[in-house]
Amino acid sequence: MNLFPIEIIISNKPQARDPEGETIARDLIHKEGFHAIRTVRTGKLLSITVEAENEENACNLAVRMCNDLRLYNPVAHTISVRVGPKN
Amino acid sequence: MKVAVVQFPGSNCDRDTLRVLSSIPGVNARLIWHNKFGDDSFDAAILPGGFSFGDHLRAGAIAAHSNAMQTIRQMADDGKPILGICNGFQILIEAGLLPGALLRNALLKFVCKWADLQVETTETAFTCSFKQNAKVRMPIAHNEGRFFADNDSLVSLRKAKQIVLRYSDENPTGTIDNIVAVSNADANVVGMMPHPERASSPSLGGSDGLKVFQSMVEWAQ
Repeated sequence: MNLFPIEIIISNKPQARDPEGETIARDLIHKEGFHAIRTVRTGKLLSITVEAENEENACNLAVRMCNDLRLYNPVAHTISVRVGPKN
Repeated sequence: MKVAVVQFPGSNCDRDTLRVLSSIPGVNARLIWHNKFGDDSFDAAILPGGFSFGDHLRAGAIAAHSNAMQTIRQMADDGKPILGICNGFQILIEAGLLPGALLRNALLKFVCKWADLQVETTETAFTCSFKQNAKVRMPIAHNEGRFFADNDSLVSLRKAKQIVLRYSDENPTGTIDNIVAVSNADANVVGMMPHPERASSPSLGGSDGLKVFQSMVEWAQ
């Protein structure tokens, strides 16, 4: 068994407005002239390490945990699970 | 009628709620610490406001996994009245006992003020003593009270009369369709962002909230 760094990102679904992202875009990024940045969406990052046989199993376990423990509210949020940077 | 007011680390207005309940004839209310709440002899339960477990991960998300919620779930299944106030509403949503989601207020600000509300249905355990479409005032005090559900869900909530209270004038949080309180399909579980216990005596500025608790007694009879 090995340890794998996994990142879980929880963010609002496209239909659910993200006022924090809108504010960062409007009052910081666009205000300071970075107009090529077209959209900003914020989220919450959970950086975890998972003991598993391989990366695929580690990601699958993370997804199952998110669903079983309702780490996100599927009504309003989506999750993205990916392998994180190795230290 | 035996009523539990369930306390989590970070609950607030739990004692205010107890005080209001104790003023209602026939109600025997008790404060119960969340991990000691396994007693099934209660006739109703109230989850107070506050910031349970520091609102970590998401308001209500940690408390939704408390052992107390197994008892709450059983009581809800048995048709007993369950009320979530503010953070209690967030907990009931995170526990899957109420539909939808509660997101950060549109202006990203904690909003603390009196709100003008309309009672949208009197067919729930916590609004049956009101008149249909009654205009009432209660304070709100929260950062995550922007109710959200997709269009199909909103249509079914409207059809099933699960929208319990709406803002009748200003919508200070950007909540969808002005919704500030919803119920489950059986109408025994209700969650509301306004604090009825803070509007339970003229000395507090209003007493419309008292009827929320009186409804519970009427419903149980």
